[in-house]
Amino acid sequence: MRPIVMEEVEALRGVNSVKVKEAHEQGRKIVGMYCIFSPSEIALAADAISVSLCGTSQDPIEEAEKELPRNLCPLIKSSYGFAITDKCPYFYFSDVLLAETTCDGKKKMYELMGKLKPMHVMNLPQTANDEDSLEFWKREMVKFKGFLENQFNTKITDEKLRDAIRLMNRERNVMKRLHKLNAHKPAPLAGTDMMKAQWLKGFNVDKEAGIELIERLIAEVEDRVEKGIYAFDEKAPRILLTGTPIGVGSDKVLKALEEAGASVVAFENCTGYKGLDVMVDEDKDPITALAEKYLSTPCSCMTNNNGRLDLIRRMVDEYKVDGVVDLTWQACHTYNIESYTVKKFVQEELGLPFIQIETDYSDSDTGQVKVRVEAFLETLDSRSLV
Amino acid sequence: MNYIGIDIGSTAAKVTVFNDNALVDNYALPTGWSSVETAKAIRTRLEKGGVDLSSSKVVATGYGRISVPYADKTVTEITCHGAGTTYLFGKNATVIDIGGQDTKIITLVDGKVADFVMNDKCAAGTGKFLELMSNTLGVGIEELARMALEGENIAITSMCTVFAESEVISLIGAGTKRESIARGIVNSITGRVYALLHKHGAKDPVFLTGGLCEIEPFVHLLSEKIGTPVKTNSMARYAGSIGAALIAMKI
Ligand code: SF4
Ligand code: SF4
Repeated sequence: MRPIVMEEVEALRGVNSVKVKEAHEQGRKIVGMYCIFSPSEIALAADAISVSLCGTSQDPIEEAEKELPRNLCPLIKSSYGFAITDKCPYFYFSDVLLAETTCDGKKKMYELMGKLKPMHVMNLPQTANDEDSLEFWKREMVKFKGFLENQFNTKITDEKLRDAIRLMNRERNVMKRLHKLNAHKPAPLAGTDMMKAQWLKGFNVDKEAGIELIERLIAEVEDRVEKGIYAFDEKAPRILLTGTPIGVGSDKVLKALEEAGASVVAFENCTGYKGLDVMVDEDKDPITALAEKYLSTPCSCMTNNNGRLDLIRRMVDEYKVDGVVDLTWQACHTYNIESYTVKKFVQEELGLPFIQIETDYSDSDTGQVKVRVEAFLETLDSRSLV
Repeated sequence: MNYIGIDIGSTAAKVTVFNDNALVDNYALPTGWSSVETAKAIRTRLEKGGVDLSSSKVVATGYGRISVPYADKTVTEITCHGAGTTYLFGKNATVIDIGGQDTKIITLVDGKVADFVMNDKCAAGTGKFLELMSNTLGVGIEELARMALEGENIAITSMCTVFAESEVISLIGAGTKRESIARGIVNSITGRVYALLHKHGAKDPVFLTGGLCEIEPFVHLLSEKIGTPVKTNSMARYAGSIGAALIAMKI
């Protein structure tokens, strides 16, 4: 049985689409974002609502392929498909969009998307490793702030930025605590539930209510741990999932893993723990603090991206991981290429089994994904040896 | 007691029967259109051969593994090919299995699958590709491989089966020697295996399982391409079902 609060978490999607409509009708401004490089704090400081628009469903891909190439990452096609089909209330009610120059596919797709709604594109440096990049990124923060001030005819003060930073840090903290519950062996929360809780948070209109809900989920799960109720038993292999973002609709590998008996305890991807690891410094000048935090995101768009390896190492330890699964979307060059580095690192330095699974959002390879996943789990299970 | 391994692949189903520790039977039958029907046919044949299923242990593997209602357990073909290779060849090897639907590379260390890769979802580099291309040339796979030995070392560059087929057709149209086209077709398989093998990180010895191991010219050309002698065994076609039967012993 699942924690009861999970039902409330799942209902968030419906609830929030109504809330977003109401907010719009009341004249609240809505900023649609696509990436964890997006500084939501600046939107919040403009008294706007920030929502995540990252496409995780196969549905609008066919439409998107009328304008975009087929051999493009499904996340990009899905995001664009939602934009042109008006199927996503969150896109529909967004007043402005924020994009970043992350991977080439997204960057070029944004040029098309920018024709649909006012869009601001932040220029993301290609590396996080030098002072110049940080200075550059700071200026990008200021430009985005200026863009919102203009669009919404408002003034974003340092005071408001500080409030927003504190609020977002609290949200990060509560999500972080939720993730860390699964460091417990056996894991009290199914990976699919963890993913949902994290994913649905992206649509939260009312941050305070969202924080309170997760607090209650944590309390319930802690209570279950005390009573010895877990999502998996002691013997279930513990998996760390890394790689490209996932969400409801693009979670087939996660589902296949848990259906085959694994317990996905750790999510290193950007729709998991990646964005929660580092907090925004509340004592520094807000723009500097924001620039530092967001630039530190260990995404494969950055060169180099050694921070990802470091994060994997720490999470493998903390979550007592038995094997690492690297999910990459087809045609995602950055993650596909980086997978080789991650493989070497996991196998040679961490001494753990590793598998890369490359797929898309469709169901066409469900059988193959199942074989890969099951075979991988068999390699972890010494009992199946001859 | 009988231990039975059933490997239902996309083109052929393989069956292995052990009587206690002795391997007593191996056979193959075409999978046909339904793996459920194939599983029934296997059951009939086993019972005719005097196997009492109620007192046997059965492990099913391969794409049709879930269609065997009388199996005690299902295990993926990766683990089974690993176990089968341990039995046929040894505990340490890089196993290449060119199946109907996919090609796999498996690293065996101390009789345990340490790592594996499979090709992506398209048919290039699989047995299916070879089958389709030999149909286009109007010969059997064995004949194709034999012809390839005499052909010039040309390349079929299309990665996708559909385009490769039209490439073959235009080569035929241009009057290219059939032997060379055959060589191009085999090259395209061995080239894919080579790439997969190197990305995976191959260690000697290399052992080939699956239907193609019986085709000597193919084994020769594969060895040449990957630069190391490919070992195989007359029973390597049954590596999956042998492995499944061995796993059945552990239930
Ligand atoms: S993977 Fe990187 S670029 Fe893609 S959404 Fe996540 S942080 Fe952004
Ligand atoms: S998954 Fe890869 S290709 Fe797709 S948007 Fe993210 S970085 Fe770009």
